[in-house]
Amino acid sequence: MEHTDLLVDWSRAQFALTALYHWLFVPLTLGLTFIVAIMETIYVKTGDEKWKQTTKYWMGLLAINFAIGLATGIIMEFEFGTNWSNYSWIVGDIFGAPLAIEGLMAFFMESTFFAVMFFGWDKVSKKMHLVSTWLVAIGSNLSALWILVANGWMQHPVGMKFNPDTARNEMVNFWEVFFNPNAVSKFLHTISSGYVLASLFVIGISAWYLLKKRDTQFARRSIIVASSFGLITSLFLVTTGDESAHQVALNQPMKLAAMEGLYDGEKRAGIVAFGVLDTAKEIGDELDPFLFSFEIPGALSFLGYHDLNAFVPGIENLMQGSEKYGILSIPQKMEKGKIAVAALSAYKKLKEEGNLTEASKALKTFEKNQAYMGYGYLKKPEDAVPNVALSFYSFHTMVGLGTWFLVLFMVTLYYSMTNEMHNKKWLLYLAVATIPMGYVAQEAGWIVAEAGRQPWAIQDLLPVGMAASNIASTSVMITFWLFAVLFTALLIAEIKIMLKQIKIGPEGH
Amino acid sequence: MFDLLTLQQYWWFLISLLGALFVFMTFVQGGQTLLYTLAKTEDERDVLVNSLGRKWELTFTMLVMFGGALFAAMPLFYAVSFGGAYYVWMGILFCFIIQAVAYEYRKKPDNFYGERFYETLLYINGSLGIFLIGVAVATLFTGGNFTVNEYNLSQWTMQSYGLEALLNPFNVAFGLMLVFLSRFQGALYFLNNVDVPSITARVKKVVVVNFAMFLILFLYVLASILFMDGLRYDADTFVVSVESMKFLHSFMDMPLLIALLLVGVLSLLYGVFIAVTKNAQKAIWFSGFGVILTVLVLFLILGLDYSAFYPSLADMQSSLTIQNSSGSQYTLEVMSIVSLLVPVVLLYIIFVWRSMDKSQITIDEVKSDPHHY
Ligand code: HDD
Ligand code: HEM
Ligand code: HEM
Repeated sequence: MEHTDLLVDWSRAQFALTALYHWLFVPLTLGLTFIVAIMETIYVKTGDEKWKQTTKYWMGLLAINFAIGLATGIIMEFEFGTNWSNYSWIVGDIFGAPLAIEGLMAFFMESTFFAVMFFGWDKVSKKMHLVSTWLVAIGSNLSALWILVANGWMQHPVGMKFNPDTARNEMVNFWEVFFNPNAVSKFLHTISSGYVLASLFVIGISAWYLLKKRDTQFARRSIIVASSFGLITSLFLVTTGDESAHQVALNQPMKLAAMEGLYDGEKRAGIVAFGVLDTAKEIGDELDPFLFSFEIPGALSFLGYHDLNAFVPGIENLMQGSEKYGILSIPQKMEKGKIAVAALSAYKKLKEEGNLTEASKALKTFEKNQAYMGYGYLKKPEDAVPNVALSFYSFHTMVGLGTWFLVLFMVTLYYSMTNEMHNKKWLLYLAVATIPMGYVAQEAGWIVAEAGRQPWAIQDLLPVGMAASNIASTSVMITFWLFAVLFTALLIAEIKIMLKQIKIGPEGH
Repeated sequence: MFDLLTLQQYWWFLISLLGALFVFMTFVQGGQTLLYTLAKTEDERDVLVNSLGRKWELTFTMLVMFGGALFAAMPLFYAVSFGGAYYVWMGILFCFIIQAVAYEYRKKPDNFYGERFYETLLYINGSLGIFLIGVAVATLFTGGNFTVNEYNLSQWTMQSYGLEALLNPFNVAFGLMLVFLSRFQGALYFLNNVDVPSITARVKKVVVVNFAMFLILFLYVLASILFMDGLRYDADTFVVSVESMKFLHSFMDMPLLIALLLVGVLSLLYGVFIAVTKNAQKAIWFSGFGVILTVLVLFLILGLDYSAFYPSLADMQSSLTIQNSSGSQYTLEVMSIVSLLVPVVLLYIIFVWRSMDKSQITIDEVKSDPHHY
């Protein structure tokens, strides 16, 4: 069942829109829940009412963010069914499990203890309140775990076997799915990115109070907690980012090539620290992909394969294949994919007719070519290449900002320790300005991961064109615009409320 | 471990249980539609909103969980129904998206649209949202316009993508029935949770009116189910055929379900009775228990005894059964182990509920809490 391009494009646009919106709120929740848990722990340990007030203030902002996180989250879960229904059948046997476990393990924990965290101050003991706050933090991070296990599996499908009779992939090893190296690095990198964003958020807002010369004690102590938390977690973020790139190199070489704008592969491949792509560049021509670039030699080989001399294949190598490096060309893969698709259809037909010997022969042919099945659905070889500019710029934005955050945390930690923070105006302004950059880095990260994966819904097995629901593209277009309007309207309200609460400040309560 | 059919039945039971718990929890939605009926002043309204505000996330999560469990255990249903009856499900989702922000933003200064706007969102969620869920569930009895090909990929045959379900009177009655159910349940919940005499005094009338409407619709729905044609599939060949009064036969085959249904209905009647006669605080527990049992039975009757739980109106042989739409044996086994967590989750929910609701909410309490909704 092939879909029209229009339907697939609208379905992708809608998923991208809703996911990017959801992701505006999730990382703050992931990090801020921990920060308030740490603050409340200090309160319980010291009994200092000021810390209680500090905790409650950040919790108030968390609640505003949390509500809209839930609003944008519920659609994500159901969208797999509404917009990717073929996908839901073909991989639902594996993919559905982590989502269900997420609901059971994580969402209930979050939503149950959230009520205690907010309304339980005078209803339960101090201890139980603290435990509840920690459980909300753990719950929200568990929800990240399971959704990222699901996402990691799309990037690198493991632990399953194709069942030709039901025409779907079936899970054969849960632990392989769970410990999928891609999922592990994804989980660690993503939650640490949430911690970093929350730290930037706390530091930025506190810096604003210092600029306004109000709530200074509150702001200082918040900055100390957030800078320490941010520094540790951003070191972790960079490490896990490196591991993520390593995973991409191993399983998604085309994505890596797109992220780096690398057309002709090489040993000792370098990383373009800064570059501008030539929009005229097309696959197969002799143009230099960059109008301008500044390269760090050997860094890509090292980042991707942890070996300075490793060969990193470029888009051209992956397209044309290379015997030397054991790479099949895309047309060859498409050939094998077509054989697999035809053999599966023959198998079904022969089995229906009761011709079991011929059917098992067809099945053998299918199994031999199965690994390339997804390529059999591609229309032309160029379809196997993701959007290079989008992947390249997103990746470089993320990495550049990540480096900047690390520096910022060191500086704010240093000056807050020496108690000079409040007279460093330039630093305070920078801290405020960095909050939106945190969000940019977040969204850029997901664009790398998801747009770089194109055309695959499931890497090498299922192109997005096959994955969508069989509905009219106008229906998806209508809901796309409804989501765009509704989410934007809610976002406006959220931002206004948030800014007002910041203006009111901790003393306002 | 267990054979595939047993696992499929176990999972159908779990899905039914989640569905039943969800319907019970919709007292939150019912309560949201009563903000201007039961409360006459702003203070009273704030108490109602805060009383519901400590529970709404549970209902919301229950819905998410229901979707997740269907995805993991009955992926073909998830694909066919969500991807086909597109507008109905999207409508439901929009109704829940707007609920999630309404509590938190309603009273906040500078909330851009004003308090009444967010109350309207709560009203839409409580009325239209529940109605559409009822319609969606009713199509499990009346069927959908889909076909499933030999690769198990599905297609909807009507360009109205689910909206056609609104033309069927049974579906509409089912939806309205849930709306009235959630409303009197909401009133009973306030009776239990809120300590404001002026509100308590208004509960009785609301319960009587909404319960009466519910009862009429319920009797119509139940009679329709007992006497409607259903689809039975052959245990060996899986060929589907029409059987008149299929669900009546299923009840005869499974008398335990009749007993559960009777207990459920009686418990519900008792709950309503003590609420109306004595303003009993514990009425919600009896009626709630009754709701859970009754909905559980209705779901079980759909899936068990070789019924098609989602008939296809376009191609009878495409109809979904627990046997042809479930996950693989391995996945169901894994998920069954995971399901051992269900009692743990239920226990901590009960524990938290009890410690948070030791005393009823009062106007003073809400006023003194700066974080109130
Ligand atoms: C504050 C946000 C942030 C920052 C500063 C960074 N990342 Fe990141 N990155 C993310 C937030 C993020 C993310 C949003 O969490 C992503 C999206 C998908 C994922 O797994 O995490 C991501 C994805 C992502 C991927 C793609 C994974 C995939 O395709 O599966 C790579 C290779 C990196 N990151 C590498 C890095 C490196 C080397 C960084 C060095 C500083 C870095 N990231 C900083
Ligand atoms: C919340 C963070 C996420 C963001 C911002 C995000 C972003 C995106 C974007 C931009 C696309 C469109 C890609 C394109 O068409 O070029 C997309 C597609 C998709 N993503 Fe994600 N994604 C996120 C998380 C996830 C997770 C956790 C999963 C799975 C569990 C997932 C599954 C999908 C699927 C199924 C599609 C549609 C098919 C496809 O285009 O590949 N996404 N996402
Ligand atoms: C990297 C990807 C994602 C992460 C880490 C993540 C994490 C979270 C977190 C922490 C929440 C709590 C509410 C909040 O945002 O404040 C949440 C809500 C939610 N998310 Fe996501 N999410 C991701 C993407 C997705 C996707 C792809 C789905 C679809 C399956 C999804 C489904 C949901 C749902 C249904 C909720 C509401 C949960 C509730 O009832 O409590 N999320 N998510």
